[in-house]
Amino acid sequence: MANLNDFAKARTAQIALRVRPMGVWLRRGRLETLIELLIRLSGVSTIVIVGLIFLFLLREGLPAFLDIPLRQLFGSRWYPIEGFYGIWPLLVGSLVVTAGAIVIAVPLGLTTAVYLGEIAPVWQREILKPLIEVLAGIPSIVLGFLGWVALAPIIQSLGAPTGLTALTGSLILAYMALPTIISISEDALYAVPKEYRDGALAIGATQWQTIWRVVLPAARSGLAMAVMLGIGRAIGETMAVMMVTGNAAFIPDLGLDLPLHPVRTMTATIAAEMGEVAQGSLHYNVLFGIGIVLFVVTFAINLVAGRLVGSVVRRRGGQL
Amino acid sequence: MGPKIVVKNVYFTYGDGTEALHNVSMEIASYQIFVLFGPARAGKTTLLRLFNRLSDLIENATVQGQILFNGRDIFERGTDVIDLRRRIGMVFAIPTPLPGSIRDNITYGLRMAGIRNRDELESRVERSLTQAALWNEVKDRLDKPASALSGGQKQRLCIARSLALEPEVLILDNPTSGLDPLSTAMVEESLHELKQRYTIIMVPHSVQQAARVATTAAFMLDGEIIEVGSADQIFGQPQVKQTEDYVTGRFG
Repeated sequence: MANLNDFAKARTAQIALRVRPMGVWLRRGRLETLIELLIRLSGVSTIVIVGLIFLFLLREGLPAFLDIPLRQLFGSRWYPIEGFYGIWPLLVGSLVVTAGAIVIAVPLGLTTAVYLGEIAPVWQREILKPLIEVLAGIPSIVLGFLGWVALAPIIQSLGAPTGLTALTGSLILAYMALPTIISISEDALYAVPKEYRDGALAIGATQWQTIWRVVLPAARSGLAMAVMLGIGRAIGETMAVMMVTGNAAFIPDLGLDLPLHPVRTMTATIAAEMGEVAQGSLHYNVLFGIGIVLFVVTFAINLVAGRLVGSVVRRRGGQL
Repeated sequence: MGPKIVVKNVYFTYGDGTEALHNVSMEIASYQIFVLFGPARAGKTTLLRLFNRLSDLIENATVQGQILFNGRDIFERGTDVIDLRRRIGMVFAIPTPLPGSIRDNITYGLRMAGIRNRDELESRVERSLTQAALWNEVKDRLDKPASALSGGQKQRLCIARSLALEPEVLILDNPTSGLDPLSTAMVEESLHELKQRYTIIMVPHSVQQAARVATTAAFMLDGEIIEVGSADQIFGQPQVKQTEDYVTGRFG
């Protein structure tokens, strides 16, 4: 019995001995390596997933570019049932709606951010900031409703043939992009060192001059980021836009009143028609092809904007 | 000629109720270096920021009393604060060149003051940089980003930026805090030159620096002025026990 007891003790000690080096083994170095591996894995997986998405898009969409002559693909007739797959009207629709949204949202968003960050007294800021965050939380479909019920009649009363136009879509999209633009710009302004403001004011700058010549240039890259993210949100938006732009897949005339006509965007086309096409058909491929075009356009915008910000930063010797 | 700045019974309370200045009164004569020294949280910076009304930026703070600049109360209704800030330049503890080139930094203030003439701008850039003892180091790279300068150069650039406006008073809030001894010496050197033409009010980095540069000195403690006098008096034969203790390093 005593023997057995001794044996148990010895065994426990043995285990303890083996466990302890194990703990040390884990704590030193290996744990570090493990964590590093996990972080690396999650980082790489993002890239891999993006790559896979792109490959998938290419596989499904590329046939459209191969089977349809480019002239026809970028032609102005979108009648899938009759075999006309001209995506030009959709491209124009998307561009008009998005450009309109940018023109409305960027100045409004930036000025709101400047007001909130630089001019508004504390009590107003405390009321407005949560409100803007609530705005960001409104589901896009609700904004679609709002556009349909409230905005469309107003647009129509302005003289448009119908209330469901590119302008209506732009306004709704601008509204969606605003919270993003405002809150990120405000963060960017907040990040500008207080010393810059003091320095400018101390040499006799007015508040406006301080904002315009010192604070805004210093926050430039953050502001550009805000605008990009806002636009990014707008460009990919589907539901709200689908509800309020009228969904007419033709280009009226490329005149100044273009925003007052119904248009159809690329995203809306994909969403509306995807459910009805036979998988593997040409129409199906073309819808994915539109996806590729959307991808390329978005990527190009990101690239150009990134370059712009980057070059400004470089020119200023690394300082913003 | 009367004193440049007269402070009369000034009280300053922050929004959270902290009293930073308590019944501060003093006179600052022209063309000298007036040093304001004392331990941290004595109210030195608060007082400096009142002179050019940067204190306006602090929300919910209350000021009582008078500060006369050239005989006029700066808190008077209708005071042109922008003009006041052009006449009373200020340099901060952390050198903060504004975004842009060295030249831009000097011309910002001038342009805002409405000076557009190219020759005038050029000559002011050279003059102010020379006065701040920086001209020789930067004359060949005026269009390079100011952010590329060293710490000491940045601070002298900030001094030059204020001088370009040809102010009457130059306020320096611990201008050598982040500088090495050599840069500090250069800044102090230029201060001695500058006091011929400007009235300088300065919060020094240390008692030693205070003693080196001061013409007149005021010792502050807990928001009050303890003693004001000539440098010889304050650092040689202080009249008040607290000043003596602080100057000789027995406390603080």
